[in-house]
Amino acid sequence: MTQPSARIGVYICHCGTNIAGTVDVAALREYAATLPHVVVARDYKYMCSDPGQELIKTDIAENGLNRVVVAACSPHLHEHTFRSACEEAGLNPYLCHMVNIREHDSWVHTGPAATEKAKDLLRAAVQRVVWNEPLERRQIPIRQSVLVVGGGIAGIHAALTLANAGKKVYLVEREPSIGGHMAMFDKTFPTLDCAACILTPKMTAVKSNPNITLWTYSEVISVEGYVGDFRVQVRRKPRYVIEDLCVGCLECVEACVYKQPKFADEFNLGLSKRKPIYLPFPQAVPQVVLIDPETCIEFKSGKCKKTCVEACGERNAIDFNQKETIETIEVGAIILATGYQTFDASRISYYGYGTYPNVYTALEVERLINASGPTGGELVLRDGRKPRTVGIIHCVGSRDEHTNRWCSRVCCMYSLKLAHLVKERTGAEVYNFYIDMRTPGKGFEEFYNRVAEEGVHFIRGKVADVYPANGDGQLTLKVEDTLLGQVRKIPVDMVILAVGLEPRADATEVRRMFNISCSSEGWFLERHPKLAPVNTFTDGIFLAGCCQGPKDIPDTVAQAGAAAAEAFQLLDLSAIEMEPNTAYVLEGVCSGCKTCVGLCPYNAISFLADKHVAHINEALCKGCGTCVAACPSGSIRQHLFEDEQIFEEVHGIMA
Amino acid sequence: MKPKVAFYWCASCGGCEEAVVDLAEKVLDVVAAVDIVFWPVALDFKRKDVEAMPDGSIAAAFINGAIRTSEQEEMAHLLRRKAQVVIAFGACAQTGGIPGLANLYDRESVLAAVYRESPSTANAEGVLPQPHYPVNGEALELPVFHERVRALNQVIPVDYSIPGCPPTPKLLADAVAALLTGRLPERGAVLAPDKALCEECPRRDSKPEKLAIQQFKRPHETLIETDKCLLAQGLLCLGPATRAGCEARCIQGNMPCTGCFGATSRVRDFGAKALSAIASLTGSNDEAEIVQILENIPDPVGSFYRYSLPVAPLPAKRAPAAE
Ligand SMILES: Cc1cc2nc3c(=O)[nH]c(=O)nc-3n(C[C@H](O)[C@H](O)[C@H](O)COP(=O)(O)OP(=O)(O)OC[C@H]3O[C@@H](n4cnc5c(N)ncnc54)[C@H](O)[C@@H]3O)c2cc1C
Ligand code: SF4
Ligand code: SF4
Ligand code: SF4
Ligand code: SF4
Repeated sequence: MTQPSARIGVYICHCGTNIAGTVDVAALREYAATLPHVVVARDYKYMCSDPGQELIKTDIAENGLNRVVVAACSPHLHEHTFRSACEEAGLNPYLCHMVNIREHDSWVHTGPAATEKAKDLLRAAVQRVVWNEPLERRQIPIRQSVLVVGGGIAGIHAALTLANAGKKVYLVEREPSIGGHMAMFDKTFPTLDCAACILTPKMTAVKSNPNITLWTYSEVISVEGYVGDFRVQVRRKPRYVIEDLCVGCLECVEACVYKQPKFADEFNLGLSKRKPIYLPFPQAVPQVVLIDPETCIEFKSGKCKKTCVEACGERNAIDFNQKETIETIEVGAIILATGYQTFDASRISYYGYGTYPNVYTALEVERLINASGPTGGELVLRDGRKPRTVGIIHCVGSRDEHTNRWCSRVCCMYSLKLAHLVKERTGAEVYNFYIDMRTPGKGFEEFYNRVAEEGVHFIRGKVADVYPANGDGQLTLKVEDTLLGQVRKIPVDMVILAVGLEPRADATEVRRMFNISCSSEGWFLERHPKLAPVNTFTDGIFLAGCCQGPKDIPDTVAQAGAAAAEAFQLLDLSAIEMEPNTAYVLEGVCSGCKTCVGLCPYNAISFLADKHVAHINEALCKGCGTCVAACPSGSIRQHLFEDEQIFEEVHGIMA
Repeated sequence: MKPKVAFYWCASCGGCEEAVVDLAEKVLDVVAAVDIVFWPVALDFKRKDVEAMPDGSIAAAFINGAIRTSEQEEMAHLLRRKAQVVIAFGACAQTGGIPGLANLYDRESVLAAVYRESPSTANAEGVLPQPHYPVNGEALELPVFHERVRALNQVIPVDYSIPGCPPTPKLLADAVAALLTGRLPERGAVLAPDKALCEECPRRDSKPEKLAIQQFKRPHETLIETDKCLLAQGLLCLGPATRAGCEARCIQGNMPCTGCFGATSRVRDFGAKALSAIASLTGSNDEAEIVQILENIPDPVGSFYRYSLPVAPLPAKRAPAAE
């Protein structure tokens, strides 16, 4: 690399008063004019405006500039603007360099020091831009398919939206059926729509949509690549039933040597029993049974009569030798819709969950009042009695510095829903214990009023203790009623804990695998809370539903639609332009030490055994610089971050 | 007339002189081809003999050792004047070498450790070396012991360097041959290959493409396999960061490379580069675990800056304003 005869134009932006109010732009311009290679130096009110850009273009034409330095805001904002201006004037865009004298200077300093710092930054840029080289952007084709991870309502809605728009979708769900939490509910607030009635059609639509490949009982195990071209490996766990052959007749379940269901049913949270061979729940999609090897006699002893196989007969769907398989897919975008888990109520010991049988979580009650739940929708206690009094405790594991600090957003509303349903089904007296009643949503406050009118009691106060009342399994709730200003003790037959929403236990591993960030609480982090709410900091990976934070179904669906639109927009570009800031190996001096090979997060580096050197596939390189820093013999360099450029910049700052 | 050559030693162990002798029968060729005008370790010339020579009359001066004392500094300047070409010979002259590790301490602690505190010292009065000492009306002089150790090129301009602790006889023979034929590279060059050692390592094919080091071991803690990449065995081999040209002698002796040949021309800070490469090969993504793995490396400064502390961009101890 030789030093070219640089002719530099320097442009200093006032940014209204954002910069000029603090930095003496005239002095800065005069200083710039004295720097080596600087041919013109100007200042202007808004460099990003059309006339501002025109200044640059005119100077390139009239003054024969071959380098441009713009001292303005963050390159995040306007690097593209100024590079394009240069390009339009026939100058390679990478011969333009930005200096951030706003965020890095005028916004954070006062007095003459700000002008002095601007001079330092500008000098550094002028010294570095001399070494900048013309570079070409690369075009990368975008794969026309999307991976959706998680088949709750978020994943279902996103998958259907994309598939209906003609894109190929892979929907990967960990459980044997899609549906997520919503499939567990009977009714949904605030309209009391039957959850199954609105969800089941969408679930079956997923199954029948030719553009969707649905893999349930499956998990993503590795992700490589980058926006437009992700390579993903999916582990499909064996269900010991061949999906394509099973017709969901359930004759095997009927025929199982276990005449009665004997094992805790996961979908009903252990409130009912199932057999070793089972369908997760009646509306499950796909309608395919599975065998639990932990409880199936054939797996345990190899000595079962296998009446299930007999019953299955010619369909031949049962396969005890099924093995897990690994599928590899290539997609252009990924939507994460892995949802949430509910707070583990046993963590708050004084509520007695797990100790007193009549303390339930809200999710359990959702199952109990569900028409296809363990009791056929009849709300009864474990001993079969109908509760006459029910206490619902809000904010369990929410808004509490000992557990989770955040508000889970849906618990007030679903507690109102449950209060209504309990009253409707049992006629019981219902008490809701709340801290603040949060009903900010369309039709929410109206729903609250309706439930209040139905005669549900609302007690404002945090329940301090739950303990057995006299006999009958009754429990006493001790609470300070903050509206009455007195401690009350209310005996109830049933306690319902409105458990909060929290990030899934494996959220950290999932986030690492997909290389995205999360908030301090563990929710997946959006790129911008207002302007990029479904994007992540990793291009091509989007978020939908509760994995990003607690929300109700309407918000989840809206967000899923937005994520689908973002993914669609990306795929529709059909190719993306990649910055040319890639790394390259100096083959003549690489020692073949292999240090770099395993380090590239994008697997762009391979080892050429015949030449005994490393090789970087510049189509895969994202310019992260990891290998450049790691190469112990300095044999990897990077465009736009060449040693000369960096050291000249550093020298410029220090001069 | 045969070209005149000088050899001199500064702060060094004598190993570099040994390397000259190690030329074995070839030393005779060298002796036949050149006129050795100064070589304190072997020939009886004095400083005044050198002072008497016309400036620039020596074709090449090979100076080994780092610069710690006023005498070494004076000799460096003298030889610079007299010689057309000055060659920093060996790691100490090139980058400070082992003596350079003393820069971890200031002058006072070094003197105190050597003359007062070390268990083998018998110095009841706690006498320290003095530059001037009157005896029987005469003044005895000792060289001044500087605050810091410096590499040769931090004291005088150096034309070429031959790396190594010590350099191999082959590199010396090649350098002499280049001198005699006038086929010297651009000034400032290091007279050794500009690739890292893995290139010429006999074990290179056994090095895995993806290393994930779980535990670093010191050579005495493990039975070292003789045909497998040492780094892959968890030994801190600095071959990937170190200039080739040593013919992988340590590796052939079943010992990991300690980096005496220094960095390639493209690297400004040997220690930082070696450290960042080695650290990136640890087999964990968990911060606490990485720290634990790296804690197995004893004495990181001594491991990564063993030969180059005086030229490291971040000084171990800041030099006082004026020396
Ligand atoms: C008791 C209760 C009652 C509620 N009632 C209502 C209501 O009446 N109305 C309302 O609007 N909202 C209600 N909500 C909120 C509602 O549950 C959520 O808004 C909604 O379920 C969020 O959907 P989701 O798809 O984001 O998450 P989820 O429903 O949690 O779905 C996530 C899916 O992803 C799968 N998954 C997770 N990790 C992985 C992985 N690594 N790989 C593959 N798959 C994975 C899961 O198995 C699951 O199927 C209630 C919540 C609770 C707790
Ligand atoms: S093998 Fe036996 S226990 Fe297992 S599912 Fe079939 S009948 Fe039931
Ligand atoms: S800079 Fe190196 S490590 Fe980073 S993406 Fe490119 S090749 Fe991979
Ligand atoms: S780290 Fe550097 S020297 Fe080693 S293989 Fe990679 S490019 Fe070559
Ligand atoms: S790391 Fe050491 S032992 Fe391994 S190939 Fe390189 S020089 Fe040889």
